[in-house]
Amino acid sequence: MRLLVKNGSIQRRLAVQLSLVAGILSFGLFMLIQVVAETAAVDTQDKILRASAISIADSLYAENGKVRLELPYAALSMLGTISQDRVFYRVLFKEKTLTGYDDLPVQAVEMLERKNKFSTFQYRGEEVRSVLIKRSIAVDGVFSDAIIIVAQTRLGLNVISQKITRTATTMGVLFFLFGTGLSVWAAHVALNPLNRIAQAVTQRGPKDLRPVTGNSPSELKPLVDALNSFILRLKSSALRTEDFISEAAHRVRTPLATVRTQAEVIHRSLDKSKNKTALRDMIRALDESSRSAGQLLDHAMVNFRSDQFSPSEINLLDILKEVCNRLSPLAGLKDITINNEFQEDNCLFRGDAILLHNAIRNILDNAIKYSPDDSIITVKCHWSKKIIVSFEDAGRGFSGNEYTKRFTRGTNVGDVIGSGLGLTIANEVAIVHGGFVLISKNKKGVGSCVSLILPTF
Amino acid sequence: MRYLLVEDNIQLARAISDRFALEGHVVDHAKSLNEAREFMDLTSYQLILLDIMLPDGDGRFFLKTHRVNKNTTPIIILTARSEVSDRINLLDLGADDYITKPFDFRELEARCRAVLRRQDGSADNKLELSGTILDSLEGTLKTGAKIEKLRNRELRLIEIFFSSPEKIFSKNHLMDRLFSFSEDISENAIEVYVGRLRKKLDNSHVKIETVRGLGYRLISLK
Repeated sequence: MRLLVKNGSIQRRLAVQLSLVAGILSFGLFMLIQVVAETAAVDTQDKILRASAISIADSLYAENGKVRLELPYAALSMLGTISQDRVFYRVLFKEKTLTGYDDLPVQAVEMLERKNKFSTFQYRGEEVRSVLIKRSIAVDGVFSDAIIIVAQTRLGLNVISQKITRTATTMGVLFFLFGTGLSVWAAHVALNPLNRIAQAVTQRGPKDLRPVTGNSPSELKPLVDALNSFILRLKSSALRTEDFISEAAHRVRTPLATVRTQAEVIHRSLDKSKNKTALRDMIRALDESSRSAGQLLDHAMVNFRSDQFSPSEINLLDILKEVCNRLSPLAGLKDITINNEFQEDNCLFRGDAILLHNAIRNILDNAIKYSPDDSIITVKCHWSKKIIVSFEDAGRGFSGNEYTKRFTRGTNVGDVIGSGLGLTIANEVAIVHGGFVLISKNKKGVGSCVSLILPTF
Repeated sequence: MRYLLVEDNIQLARAISDRFALEGHVVDHAKSLNEAREFMDLTSYQLILLDIMLPDGDGRFFLKTHRVNKNTTPIIILTARSEVSDRINLLDLGADDYITKPFDFRELEARCRAVLRRQDGSADNKLELSGTILDSLEGTLKTGAKIEKLRNRELRLIEIFFSSPEKIFSKNHLMDRLFSFSEDISENAIEVYVGRLRKKLDNSHVKIETVRGLGYRLISLK
């Protein structure tokens, strides 16, 4: 038992302990039924024996100086009602047997003085229960004692006793089973709040640091409080990391900006094409590193927000328009036009505006980067069963097997250097919202079509 | 155009000022918010470029009071942070636009232009030569009643010519100013844009002339 409960769950421990109690109670019930019923059965037999003996005694009378007995039929037949038991009797007067079985033993006289005039003994190979009563009868004016003994085998009683045992066992087992069932249920119910809390914590993402809320019983409050304070400490440490990333970004980006701008100024003033090329390469490297840094930060932010996903009602078209407006000047530098084709004015959606903003910006930024000069990027948004936001460009597109490869870090389009995180970010945002990113060929010929597919609610 | 640059990093501020000077803009540099307020009391600016983290306060606070005081001078934020929530917050506070450091100067220029266009630019932005008017904010070229809409690169190219008529610009110089560093462009690309501009200058009294071996220049036919 110790083994069973030592490492087992509290629930099992509780169930086992409650079942033990149920077992003890069941045994008690069994004993109670057995004792009470048997006593009652024995009492019944005793009473009938006594009644039989009394009725025999009552039929004794003196006549002509002799004691006579007219054995009443009922005196013995009442004993027969119990079962097929055999009945023995003996009537003695002045220590001489008047009638009945001679060898039926007369219990000692002292027995008469006992309150209990019943006894159990072996007679003719069988256990019998007997009663002995005394009656004074006057014969010729002299009172003498007549002794009446009635005995009966106990077969019927044994049958009853077996029946009682069976019933008591059945009752005990049923009670035990019922009690055990109740114990398991009670243990389960008692531990429900604990399970709820455990489930609430285990279902979380690795960075979900919201405190555990909901009603918990007072016994669990210290545990929940301790858990929450731990979560709080963890959260503040995570926030410090966030601040650190922001701060680091600031520290790195400002000098990068200085170097880049100065390089541009110098580039303009140089005449030798060799130097110009070198400087140009330098600026490109700077651009790539800052783009990658930006995407890494975006990615970190997307991870952070995905873990604490808290959607709200938003108009997807507002975000789309804002991002398009925001990136138009950038597209304009390459004479790229961004065309919007929206189905209606409102596309209501439950999601995280900042995440979606980030995803859309990254897809569009990618499209601009890989689109040739003087081209058109078409942003479409239509919905029926699903919301489909698609970005069609005239860029170099993706080659066959890159259609699924794009969703991992570090892959690029052909020979263009970049972190390749843009679509990974978009894909992760889509997944958080229950959607996905699909890459297909642009139906109008060259280029590709990146679609952000989101479920409608 | 006169811009106010509020930036505590002196090297970056100098580089940005130099770069704007190349485009013919005047930039005053304030190292702190207090200095910026002093500058603004003395003169008016077409545009303010504002850093967020400054020694004497948060640029966002400056932005907020700027809008509360109903000052309409557009502000572009130069931010080193890249969290989107930050950016959205900036626009809510009343920034006209923002750009993340480090930036392509052409992008900053394009954003300045877009912001100024929304601001409904002043007459300063119109250049005229022999009856042809270039509106650099609207991006149009007007000859008599005919108005030609210019695309981004066409506009930037003709701006260069209009700023110094008669001056010869080499192909290399024009390429530097027109294309970003990430693009590999052949010299022919300039010819394409010059060709387009020539078409749009038909029936006017100005012409882009090829100077063999040297480059191009804008001349008046009057």
